[in-house]
Amino acid sequence: MNDRVVQILAPTLFTVAIFAIWEFACRAFAIPVTILPAPTQIWQALVQYRAPIIDNSLYTLGTTLAGFALATVFGLLLGVAVGWHKAIYAAVYPVLIGFNSVPKVAVVPVLILWFGLGAIPAILTAFLISFFPIVVNVATGLATTEPELEDVLRALGGSKLDVMRKVGIPRSMPYFFGSLKVAITLAFVGAVVAETVGANKGIGKLMLDAQAGFQVPIVFAGLVVLAFLGIVLYAITAAIETRFTGWAFRGQNRN
Amino acid sequence: MSIIANAPELVRLDNVTMHYGRGPQAVQAIDDVSLSIRKGEFIAVVGPSGCGKSSLMKLISGLHMASKGSVTVHGKPVTGPLKSVGMAFQNSNLLPWRTAIENVMLPLEIVEPHRSRIRSHKAEYLEKCEALLQQVGLKGFTQKFPWQLSGGMQQRTSICRALIHEPEVLMLDEPFGALDAFTREELWCALRDIQAARGVTVMLVTHDLREAVFLADTVYVMSNRPGRIVKTTRVDLPRPRDLEVTYTQPFSDLVHELRSHIGGRH
Repeated sequence: MNDRVVQILAPTLFTVAIFAIWEFACRAFAIPVTILPAPTQIWQALVQYRAPIIDNSLYTLGTTLAGFALATVFGLLLGVAVGWHKAIYAAVYPVLIGFNSVPKVAVVPVLILWFGLGAIPAILTAFLISFFPIVVNVATGLATTEPELEDVLRALGGSKLDVMRKVGIPRSMPYFFGSLKVAITLAFVGAVVAETVGANKGIGKLMLDAQAGFQVPIVFAGLVVLAFLGIVLYAITAAIETRFTGWAFRGQNRN
Repeated sequence: MSIIANAPELVRLDNVTMHYGRGPQAVQAIDDVSLSIRKGEFIAVVGPSGCGKSSLMKLISGLHMASKGSVTVHGKPVTGPLKSVGMAFQNSNLLPWRTAIENVMLPLEIVEPHRSRIRSHKAEYLEKCEALLQQVGLKGFTQKFPWQLSGGMQQRTSICRALIHEPEVLMLDEPFGALDAFTREELWCALRDIQAARGVTVMLVTHDLREAVFLADTVYVMSNRPGRIVKTTRVDLPRPRDLEVTYTQPFSDLVHELRSHIGGRH
C-alpha cells in the first residue's frame, strides 16, 4: 500500500469506526434520543432541517472568517511590533497575557451591550480569542533570529527595517502560518460561544433553540456541522501554510 | 610578500581596548591591541577560545565600538558599521527560504549602488553571482536550497555571499570549524585561489594553526581574555602555496613556534 492510500484510508476507516461504535452502542443499550441520538438519527435531522442548518452555518462561517481576518492582520502587525523592539515587548506582553486570560464568554455580554444582538459581537469575540496565538508566534519568530545573520546585514550597512524585511519576517512566516491553524479553530469557538450567549442567528443560536425545544438530534446535528467546518477550515489553512512556507518542511514533500 | 609590504595601510588599530556592557559589570574583551592590515593582506588571528578573536572582528567592522584607543579604516575613524565588509561565520547562516544564488544576491539588495540597480539589472547581477559560485566549484548547485547542499557547499556559498559586493575586507570567523578535515583542506584552497584572484583583504579568525599558517601573510596570536596580542608572525612561505607545503619543515616549524605562544597544558 502506498503512502497516499494510507493517508486517505486510515482517517476514513477510523472515522467510520467511531460512528459505527456510536450507532451500535445507542441501539444495544437503547439510549433515549433525548440523551444521545444515534448517528442515523442525527443524519435524519441534518437532512430534514438542512435549509435552516445550511443558512445558519454559512452565517457563522461568515462571522468566523471576518473575525479571523481581523485577527490575522492585527496579530501580524502587533507581532512584528512586539518582536521589533525589546521595549515594546516589555510594555505590551503583560497586558496581552492578562487580556488573553479573561474568558471570552465573559466579554460577550459587554459586546452585546455595546453593539446589540447581531454579527458584530460574534465577529469581535472570534477576533479577540484568536489574535493572541498569532501575536505570540510572530514575535517568537522575530525574537529568535540568529544574531550572526543580523550582524551580516548590519555590517553591510543594513537598517533594522532591512533586517526585518530580508530575514526577520520571512523567518517568522512558518510560525505565523502555524499559528493560523490554531487561530482559525479558536475563531470558530469564539463565534459560536458568542452566538450561544446571545444572538439572533448562527449555528450556536440554532443549537440553543433546539435544546430549548428538546430537539436533541438537531443539537447534535449542529455539533457535527461545527466539527466538519472546523476540519475544512483547518485543512485550508494548513494547505496555505505548505504553499507559502514549504521550505520549512524540507525533505518531507519536496526534494 | 613584497607587493603587500608596499601596499597602503587599510585598517589600523592603536592601543584599542573594548568592553561588553557598562559599569562595574562590564567584561573586558580586548586589552591594548595595536595592529595594522595592509590592502590585499591576508591576516589570521589565532588564540584559545573566548580570547576575543570575534570581538576584534566586530571592532573592525564597526559593529561594536572601542572603549579606548582608535580604529581607523582608510585613515578615517570607524564610527558605525562599515559598508565595505563581508562576513562569514562557522555556521553558514544561509537563509533556508532562498536558493544558493538567491542567498548570494542578499548583500546586493542591501548595499548601494547595487540596491537601487538590482531590480532593473537583475540578469546582470544573477550572472555575476553565478560566475562567483562557479569559481568556488558550485556550478550546477546554484538553484539548490541550503538543505540540499553539503556542509562544505553551504560554507562555500556563505563565503560567496560575503564576497559578492566586492568588500574591502572579508571577515571570516572560524569559517571551516564545523567541517571535516578533508573538506576543510579543500576549502582552504578555494579561499586561497579566490583571494589571489580578487586581491581582497582578509581577516581570518581561527583556532587551527595550520590553517592560519597555510593561508595568511601575517598571524597574530592572542592571549586569554582579555585578549592581547602576544605574538605577531610573518609567514614568508612563497605563494601560490600548495597543500604539500603543510608537510614541509619550515611550515611545521612555524606552527610549532606559534603553538608555544598559546596557553594551556601541553
